[in-house]
Amino acid sequence: MSNQKSFTIIGNNANKSRVEKTAQIIFTICAFMAVLAVVSITAYMIFNGTPALFKVGLTNILFGTVWKPTAAEASFGILYIILTSIVGTALAVFIGVPIGVFTSIFLAEIAPKKLAALVKPAVELLAGIPSVIYGLLGLMILNPIMYKLELKIFEGSDTHQFTGGANLVSAVIVLAIMILPTVINISESAIKSVPDYLKAASLAVGASQIQTIFKVILPAAKSGIITAIVLGVGRAIGEAMAISLVSGSSVNIPLPFNSVRFLTTAIVSEMGYAADVHRQVLFTIGLVLFVFIMLINVTLTRILKKGEKNNE
Amino acid sequence: MKNRTMKTLALIGAAILTVGALTACGSQTVESTVPETDVQTEAAPAEETQAAPADEAAPAEETEDLSGTISMSGSTSMEKLANAVAESFMAKYPGVTVTPEFTGSSAGIEAVTAGSVDIGNSSRALKDSEKEAGVVENIVAIDGIAVVVDPANTVAGLTKDQLISIYKGETRNWSEVGGANAPIVVVGREAGSGTRGAFEELLEIEDACAYASELDSTGAVMAKVASTPGAIGYVSLDVLDDTVIALSLDDVAATPENIKAGSYLLSRPFVMATKGEISEQNDLVQALFGFLASDEGKEVITGAGLILPD
Repeated sequence: MSNQKSFTIIGNNANKSRVEKTAQIIFTICAFMAVLAVVSITAYMIFNGTPALFKVGLTNILFGTVWKPTAAEASFGILYIILTSIVGTALAVFIGVPIGVFTSIFLAEIAPKKLAALVKPAVELLAGIPSVIYGLLGLMILNPIMYKLELKIFEGSDTHQFTGGANLVSAVIVLAIMILPTVINISESAIKSVPDYLKAASLAVGASQIQTIFKVILPAAKSGIITAIVLGVGRAIGEAMAISLVSGSSVNIPLPFNSVRFLTTAIVSEMGYAADVHRQVLFTIGLVLFVFIMLINVTLTRILKKGEKNNE
Repeated sequence: MKNRTMKTLALIGAAILTVGALTACGSQTVESTVPETDVQTEAAPAEETQAAPADEAAPAEETEDLSGTISMSGSTSMEKLANAVAESFMAKYPGVTVTPEFTGSSAGIEAVTAGSVDIGNSSRALKDSEKEAGVVENIVAIDGIAVVVDPANTVAGLTKDQLISIYKGETRNWSEVGGANAPIVVVGREAGSGTRGAFEELLEIEDACAYASELDSTGAVMAKVASTPGAIGYVSLDVLDDTVIALSLDDVAATPENIKAGSYLLSRPFVMATKGEISEQNDLVQALFGFLASDEGKEVITGAGLILPD
């Protein structure tokens, strides 16, 4: 009997289970790398972000409006910074998502093949451009245009602080362009994965192409498009390099023509020279950003799950 | 069965985390002890060549004996100076490697306090909390800060009060200070920057400034001012070039001569901080400070656009 076993194509049992076990261990270790990274980053952010909360006070940091970290009586209010990140990201998504979704509809449903073959690589190229390039172009091209606009709008104004074009609008435009590739690519694949019979049925009962797109295809691709929006929001709220060049980086209320500072740029711009409590508060800002991203991810995945249940 | 594997996995995970945490702590202690052992090993040859004099009289025959590494980190404003010093020092002592890093004044002081570098560069005077930690302030040079405007600006100079009023946001148009009718775009550095600290301190407008742009590097300020009509900014004197115009303050032009004479308003110290007095440092660091005090070193400092301290 034992002889027979060694002749099977699987090899003997001991051998097999050894390979299986080793493979299993390797996979487990690999899987834990990601978990380890997430857990250690979370722990690090909490360890480093919380001391300042106790020193300065939670409400002083989160709801204070004065950011004077190096003053004799230092003030670490980041309310305007938080608001800027929320408003900036929301506006960028508000502009970027419709453009992105419509582009993906165009690519998946409407465009002739030759035209799609031109647009698609352009979108992919857009995704590959480093963020600092977006920032540089914004600085060299967008800011001067914005400054001309600003001079016209606020001509003769005594109260407006002129920013030379480095303002919230510039940052929003740059962010909106930056999230386009993410939104387009993911919603396009979502639209393409809508079963053909849905589309065929809709067309067969006499709906026009546009009616089919808005009443059948988009609802069917809803969860994929929501995923695209989640990732777009994630990219927009986490972007630092590009907007640090175009937003002006002063802490102000996020009005369109104000120079503003985002959560990310607040950390980037001051980390180099920060000392003592100032440095700890920068970690707290990191923690706030971290919590934001977690919240966004959790709420939107919930929406996604609900959507899936409804679809069933 | 499944439950048990889950538990083992969780245990393994926890174990990995603890190990990670331990090694993280471990590496920190290792880091802080490294320079100490450095000192000890380098202290041995120090005894042979005892009394290595830390002045320009450093005998030439000693140059061959020196070998090792001097680590230096800190102010980005001091990049030009630190690189120039490192290069010429290494040219004089081929066995020595000087590794300057530019992490920011506070980071540099933090590193020298922790003992992870030999010299911490700071483009501002040390804070009391930093001195209490045992760091000694060695002023090696004095830097001037220039107030710059875009090349098309017709204003050639400002008084101290005008400058203060512009940076406080009280003066908002160039026509109020004798220029064209154009809004003033106030550009500055981020909080914590040595240049900003020096600028605001010298004008006594700490944290009272209304910046339209807070940029995080000298180069960014230069670029912004050069490309924005009506902009005003401040930068180290040594980075001045043709893309911007440096204003004279209280009718004193921003020149090294005026700073040396003490008549120019805006100047600040460049500090190479050490943990403990220079005489307590290892041979290499002592030699570096000796070099800085020599004629050769002085040339390097003035060559970097800086002014020698008294």
